[in-house]
Amino acid sequence: MTKLTLNGKATTVDAAPDTPLLWVLRDHLNMTGTKFGCGASLCGACTVHLDGVPTRSCVTPVSAVEGRKVTTIEGLSGKVGAAVQRAWDKMQVPQCGYCQSGQVMAATALLSRNAKPSDAQIREAMDGNICRCGTYGRIRAAINDAAKELGGSA
Amino acid sequence: MNAPIALTRRQFLKVTALAGGGLMIGFRFGAMDAEAATLDPNAWVKIEPTGKVTLVCQRNEMGQDVHTSLTMLLAEELGVDPRRVTVVQASANPAYVNNLLGAQITGGSTSVRDGWETLRKAGAATRMMLTNAAAAQWQVPASEIRAQDGELTHGRRKVSYGALASAAARQPVPVDIALKPPSQFTVIGKPLARLDGADKARGKTVFGIDVVQPGMMYAALAACPVLGGKVASFDAAAVEKRPGVKKVVNIGEGVAVVADHYWTARKALGDVKIQWDEGPGARLDTAAIYAALEASASKPGAVVKQSGDAALSFTSGKPVEAKYTVQMLAHATLEPQNCVARVGADGVDVWMSTQFPQGAQGAAAEVGGVKPEQVRIHPQFIGGGFGRRLDLDLVIQTVAIAKSMPGTPVKLIWSREDDTTHDFYRPPSLHLLRGVVDQGRVVALSAKMVSPSITARMFPVFVKDGLDGFMTEGAANLTYEIPNLDLRSVIQEVGVRVGYWRSVSNALNAFAIESFIDELAHAAGQDPVALRANMLDKMPRQRAVLERVVRDSGYRAKPANGRAFGVAAMECYGTHVAMVAEVSGSADKVKLEKISMCVDIGLAVHPDQVVAQLEGGAVTGLINTLRSKITVKDGRVVQTNFHDFRLPRMSDVPPIAVTVLEGGGAPGGIGEVGVPLVAPAVANAVFALTGRRVRTLPLEDGGVTFA
Repeated sequence: MTKLTLNGKATTVDAAPDTPLLWVLRDHLNMTGTKFGCGASLCGACTVHLDGVPTRSCVTPVSAVEGRKVTTIEGLSGKVGAAVQRAWDKMQVPQCGYCQSGQVMAATALLSRNAKPSDAQIREAMDGNICRCGTYGRIRAAINDAAKELGGSA
Repeated sequence: MNAPIALTRRQFLKVTALAGGGLMIGFRFGAMDAEAATLDPNAWVKIEPTGKVTLVCQRNEMGQDVHTSLTMLLAEELGVDPRRVTVVQASANPAYVNNLLGAQITGGSTSVRDGWETLRKAGAATRMMLTNAAAAQWQVPASEIRAQDGELTHGRRKVSYGALASAAARQPVPVDIALKPPSQFTVIGKPLARLDGADKARGKTVFGIDVVQPGMMYAALAACPVLGGKVASFDAAAVEKRPGVKKVVNIGEGVAVVADHYWTARKALGDVKIQWDEGPGARLDTAAIYAALEASASKPGAVVKQSGDAALSFTSGKPVEAKYTVQMLAHATLEPQNCVARVGADGVDVWMSTQFPQGAQGAAAEVGGVKPEQVRIHPQFIGGGFGRRLDLDLVIQTVAIAKSMPGTPVKLIWSREDDTTHDFYRPPSLHLLRGVVDQGRVVALSAKMVSPSITARMFPVFVKDGLDGFMTEGAANLTYEIPNLDLRSVIQEVGVRVGYWRSVSNALNAFAIESFIDELAHAAGQDPVALRANMLDKMPRQRAVLERVVRDSGYRAKPANGRAFGVAAMECYGTHVAMVAEVSGSADKVKLEKISMCVDIGLAVHPDQVVAQLEGGAVTGLINTLRSKITVKDGRVVQTNFHDFRLPRMSDVPPIAVTVLEGGGAPGGIGEVGVPLVAPAVANAVFALTGRRVRTLPLEDGGVTFA
């Protein structure tokens, strides 16, 4: 049994301790917004926030989140998350959309710790998230737009 | 995929009054049996008494925007706000056959082209029936009734489409359907947010891998590491009694563990001992693959396009010769291959991300031992297709596993490693070129492509006289006027299973031909842009996109400041395209500064998504260009995951500038148009920068390193 706070709610899951958080979310809790892409922390599709830090749930055993706060795309809330999702809508970012949960989680984490990221900082924060459809230009534009909306830039 | 597989069109209409009193209308085209088509509520439009309008979308959404673009076609003529249309994904049904491909397939940049008339007519006929129903009710001429935003109005009288749906269903089906001229469009060509966009930014979209069915079990599969090999024997004693493990199944090409959770299945699979019969494929390696192509390079091959006498020109002139090679690639869809199947007494249900529902139905029937009509395909949102999901291996494997557990839905999920090592790869190719330039024009060109045929594997009836219509793409559609031309292809199998990969042979032939045109220009001391333009007198739209991108990109043949430009141009999928790549640095550190392109698509149905497809297409082109490749050793694919099958990341992608021209006529294709020219444009820019002509892909294999 692992106890954690998931999207603000106390949650208990009965899964083998080595089960990656990704599969606990998807199979045990039927929360499929977090995606499986590589299983090796190489693509970012499975990104969630662990105590606010962007984390690859595919390589995070559920035992490692005991007592901690996990936020998934389903539970993304607050000013920054909302601004990021509005910017995603405005810039019409998604194509197939499979990577976008992870992209939105990574972008929200970036803007939560750096309200006015430079292009280089955006690249560094987002380089771990693969978009196979190639929406990178729009992702960058959406992050800049969200930063502007949040008042981080002039 | 661009080859026209023409069918004779016999158009007819059928109206079915829905049980609930609504209106359902469908157009069906020839090459199908009207009786078979009645198995499903077989149509595009449904209007319910509540006013709810549904489009049954005949093409599968994989990011290319068919849900929105096809809705726009319908809504334009139906007279409804496209944002109020509910889109559902069509199941397998002959009504939804793609007339440009001859099967129910999403591919070949055909969805809008195929739906252009069908869906607008479906909308118009529905609107006419609603209008006629109102005319009868109000006793006024139909011509005086206005249909707009889901309502019919005449003077002060107004009625919603929903309220009239039932009466309209009893109206005769219009025979003569007039469509609006483009000048009257209010939906087509106008800005509109993607109908599926907001959900995708919020993790709400259900992809195939997200499907959950009551009582569903999860499967992981160990397939023979050698392509084409099979299970010799296995020992599952260590896992059979493990908690959560339900079954261990030998399906011939591999062993699957079925469990109550995916992780349980995946872990248990690692403890199953399997002996493989690797078969003859175990001797295969990359060198042997290219040796097989080389060995066939002297074959005459089949003629793709010919004029004048190229051979004679080569004996009299002094030809330039070159040999190009192109790598194999995995599709690497970000959603790993997966499928859910349930085999029961009532038939087979399949939930999956597929580009080929009709094929999935046939495959499931064969493996499940039932008739195709007993198979229900439930296509889901696709987390990246790129051609991978035309193949049917997942449905075959999953039904085989589910068959051993009757009544239980089973979800098979491949690992990324499974996905990378068991793909249907983009074919390797070898290209032999020869050409002569005289007085500012290419006067003779020969090009021969040697490569395995995908179509021979998947749709063998379409390979005739040594010609695979999908293998000739990028050659058959050559735009240049060259008096002595000899374009050929040689089909040579190499022991690797090959598949359609976004833009198919256009990317292979365009790299060879557009790089070689550049070589010819430099050998003759000509500017590469001028040489191309000189041969486009009879192709004004092609010439226009070339000249426009040259102007917009700031192209210069000999720029200062350590920069260089490369150009490439072609026509594909009915769309004219030209591209300029700008680079800086040196051979050991080339920096991509910018990719600029211009297309003439004829007419852009959903303009922002035309741009999005070109932007994304260019990034797919970078996969082909920079460093990605699949190699084989001892019959095994060497690359396994994204650390060694490296896809472009944000830092690899330069600004991409897109100009869209609308030269008139019906829309051209767009989904694949951005892909093929990236490699030749970048290779030509690298030559201009460094003097190094790279004739192999990825370019990093040719001694160039990208920053």
